Amino acid sequence: MERKNKTTGVVAGIIANLVIVEVEGPVAQNEICFIQHPESNLMAEVIKILGKNVYVQVFESTRGLKIGTKVEFEGHLLEVTLGPGILSRNYDGLQNDLDKMDGVFLKRGDYTDPLNREKKWDWTPIAKAGEEVSAGSWLGEVPENGMPHRIMVPFKFEGKYTVKSVVEAGAYTVDNVIATVTDKEGNDIDLTMVQKWPVKMAVKAYNEKPRPFKLLETGIRTMDTLNPIAEGGTGFIPGPFGTGKTVLQHAISKYAEADIVIIAACGERANEVVEIFTEFPELEDPRTGRKLIERTTIIANTSNMPVAAREASVYTAMTLGEYYRSMGLRVLLMADSTSRWAQALREMSNRLEELPGPDAFPMDLTAIITSFYARAGFVYLNNGESGSITFIGTVSPAGGNLKEPVTESTRKAARCFYGLNQERADSKRYPAIDPIDSYSKYLEYPELVEYLTKNISEDWLDKVMHTKTLLLRGREAQEQINILGDDGVPLEFHERFWNSELIDGVILQQDSFDKIDANCPLDRQKYMLEKVLDITEKKFSFDSFEDVNGFFKRIINELKQMNYSEWNSDKFKAYESELETIMKERLN
Amino acid sequence: METQAFQKVYTKILNLTKATVTLKATDVGNEEMAMVHGRMGQVVKIMGDEVILQVFAGTEGIPTNAEVVFLGHSPQLKVGDQLAGRFFNAFGDPIDGGPDVEGRIIETGGPSVNPVRRKQPSDLIATGIAGIDLNNSLVTGQKIPFFADPDQPYNQVMANVALRAEADKIILGGMGLSNDDYLYFKNVFDNAGALDRIVSFVNTTDDPPVERLLIPDMALSAAEYFAEEKQQKVLVLLTDMTLFADALSIVSNRMDQIPSKDSMPGSLYSDLARIYEKAVQFPHGGSITIIAVTTLNGGDITHAIPDNTGYITEGQLFLRMDSDVGKVIVDPFRSLSRLKQLVIGKQTREDHPQVMNAAIRLYADAANAKTKQDNGFDLTDYDERTLKFARAYSEQILAVDINIDTEKMLDTTWELFQDNFAREEVVVRQEFVDKYWKK
Ligand SMILES: Nc1ncnc2c1ncn2[C@@H]1O[C@H](COP(=O)(O)OP(=O)(O)O)[C@@H](O)[C@H]1O
Ligand SMILES: [Mg+2]
Repeated sequence: MERKNKTTGVVAGIIANLVIVEVEGPVAQNEICFIQHPESNLMAEVIKILGKNVYVQVFESTRGLKIGTKVEFEGHLLEVTLGPGILSRNYDGLQNDLDKMDGVFLKRGDYTDPLNREKKWDWTPIAKAGEEVSAGSWLGEVPENGMPHRIMVPFKFEGKYTVKSVVEAGAYTVDNVIATVTDKEGNDIDLTMVQKWPVKMAVKAYNEKPRPFKLLETGIRTMDTLNPIAEGGTGFIPGPFGTGKTVLQHAISKYAEADIVIIAACGERANEVVEIFTEFPELEDPRTGRKLIERTTIIANTSNMPVAAREASVYTAMTLGEYYRSMGLRVLLMADSTSRWAQALREMSNRLEELPGPDAFPMDLTAIITSFYARAGFVYLNNGESGSITFIGTVSPAGGNLKEPVTESTRKAARCFYGLNQERADSKRYPAIDPIDSYSKYLEYPELVEYLTKNISEDWLDKVMHTKTLLLRGREAQEQINILGDDGVPLEFHERFWNSELIDGVILQQDSFDKIDANCPLDRQKYMLEKVLDITEKKFSFDSFEDVNGFFKRIINELKQMNYSEWNSDKFKAYESELETIMKERLN
Repeated sequence: METQAFQKVYTKILNLTKATVTLKATDVGNEEMAMVHGRMGQVVKIMGDEVILQVFAGTEGIPTNAEVVFLGHSPQLKVGDQLAGRFFNAFGDPIDGGPDVEGRIIETGGPSVNPVRRKQPSDLIATGIAGIDLNNSLVTGQKIPFFADPDQPYNQVMANVALRAEADKIILGGMGLSNDDYLYFKNVFDNAGALDRIVSFVNTTDDPPVERLLIPDMALSAAEYFAEEKQQKVLVLLTDMTLFADALSIVSNRMDQIPSKDSMPGSLYSDLARIYEKAVQFPHGGSITIIAVTTLNGGDITHAIPDNTGYITEGQLFLRMDSDVGKVIVDPFRSLSRLKQLVIGKQTREDHPQVMNAAIRLYADAANAKTKQDNGFDLTDYDERTLKFARAYSEQILAVDINIDTEKMLDTTWELFQDNFAREEVVVRQEFVDKYWKK
């Protein structure tokens, strides 16, 4: 799309953030342009072309904009800038560095550099002169917050190149030339640490994308134990407001086994982003001991920021994820909430007067969501190393009804479903993931099952399935009790119900605000699940259903106290032995 | 507003609909204000040389040769210390018979605060109402609505909260307020000697409904002036946001937009978020806290207005009549303050989070017992005790007419635990039981 002269045009129509530009010359779909409003340039993206009339969505407010204002087209799509220094940054949806902006209020048209151009990075070469390379090949690396940040042959490069030279180890800025490569025609091309990539295109600079086969530990019992997500897998969390989507995502981003965490705050509350800025610099990554903020990048397009940039924000986040994945790192990507992105699409589609699909969403909503989720995944790179993007999005179903277009479309795209249940949230059973409706398709992957068998225990999957069965039987027993009354059912029904309450209270429920309970490593999850299943196997003697209730409440209480205690501490063991004592009372 | 010499006067209207006029005009800015036949209007669409204006008061009686004058600016407000104690309409003009305000002109509906310039809200707002302070503690910089049926005393509760909140300024944004309610607010604030801390922007049921759309921006621009420039703690009251949203749907309907759920415009979420997200805590101590009212239709929170609101605000306070005790309570199940964990157990007593959760769990058990009872089953002894607990809890803690401090709320709850339950039935961390279980 490189052009000698910039295509220009003038504003011919304005409907909110949809602007119609009368253009002379070539324009591409999704090309970026700047509207030269006297106060400041306003960035916009081409979304439809009808003859001379080019429809653009403006990433800013169009207040005060007038007919006849000049527009310049940039000759490229919406791109992000890739290079070292992205970690711990706070970007808006278009990758402007929010910390570099002046003043308290966001100013329209204030576009800031995502990278630090002065900082010198400690460069170590990897590639050698004479080597053959292609897009994504590692030329060298610089340490970024303790992580090896690989500098690669730009993703836009097609075909093979030969390395002519690589600079020796030393301190360089991102704009210094760090390598020169030669193309097939013999032209030398200088490379720096910076490259650009259009956000709406998937980075494909890898060798293959196998099915995910490893468990990604999140520290959340109800996920890892019952419905695990795989490294490079996809999942989504639908739930009515206030049922715990954001708290759950934040918890996952704190404790999950990832090298890099990218959080796209997409059309949600600014204070939730502030919470991350405030807490993550204080909290430690349990695996590396470094501060969480060091492995985290935030893309903030909060609900009061321009709607068109909301759509861009999830793509920006995904592209940054693909960049780090290509370095052989494990990336965890979170988007809260993908419904806001879908709504942004809907607003624009309505303004364009397109034929609406269900609930006035665009007809191609499912296709858009599916191709976005498809960008996640575990990959083997061309050099044999592996990298992954695990993606978890939240969905905010209108009226809490899961039969709405965004939830239904996402169901087709994501492999794990963590449905948050209003009743569970109302009774403060957090995380409110419904243990029966939720699923992980990965449990059906023989690759993952093999991994669980090898890494946890031989009979782990059986235990997990048995736990699910107990939960289901508990629910059925409860329904019977509700219909027939406490005395109208055999005692065994009460035991069944309380076995499921035991699993619920000790395994499913987890307090994200408790220092200790918030994160439960896998070995601890295994210990607790086995402990609980063990109890469900025991034959206790009860005289009445009230005995059952009272007894189970006491043992659940002890086990909860264990969850609140440091793993294997004296306190933990003390509760454990109290538990044994209580159980002895009813064992004969 | 007077026509000024340099302003061009147009007198040829091409199209007229119920809400809009179209005319040929040049050099007009998007969202610019205009005077159409003496009524306020605003540019909503420009196509070539055709400009479409929304007329807030409607177009009834406007002739095709009416005078149209563009004002050269988007909605604006004069801000200054003189705002305090005054009452204005949706355009920022005084309605209390007082003089015009002297001050600086600012554009309303301006840009949002850069998220990195915000501070995490951290100051507890004590209201004395236990259903709020104990179970749903509020924090400065928070945005939260009351969800209430139209017959509930939400304006009274809101006025109480406002007066007890120790705010430097209270800004009332009244939308579709009945004249009685308008006078009610005026009276309570006056009687409390608080009028000089209060600024009001009011659209009453006598005013054209579409004018309401300007009220939140007016109120919040004034709030930004006091909170940012004067570093004050500002509390903004918006009542009733359901009527605001209704006005949005009127406009989108008249402009032939494709409605989404419940006849609301597809942009409802963004429209509401733009308002509520003005709530902010600044690092320098100034803050804007928004307490709003969203009236419900028969308690239905799945309707698009409360539903979108719930997705935006930091919780909601759900008012409900508890027929067992004959009082309006803050329903502990459907209510939520998302920011409470920033302060409870930190600025309040250490046992606060656990006591709060335990009480609500027991209250939930009581609800189950009640269902059992209604279905004609025998109640267990535990069921009976939860019912007894729930009644006392409703009366002494949840009712909106309570006014006590947090310490007392916690002590009362511990007493109710001890009156009705054994220690292990109240799942609370052992250390707190050891400390606060006195019997
Ligand atoms: N795992 C959890 N542990 C404790 N409290 C929780 C948990 N999840 C949610 N909550 C409570 O629910 C509230 C709403 O959760 P949030 O994640 O913001 O909901 P959503 O994003 O679904 O609207 C939180 O402010 C918190 O009080
Ligand atoms: Mg959320």
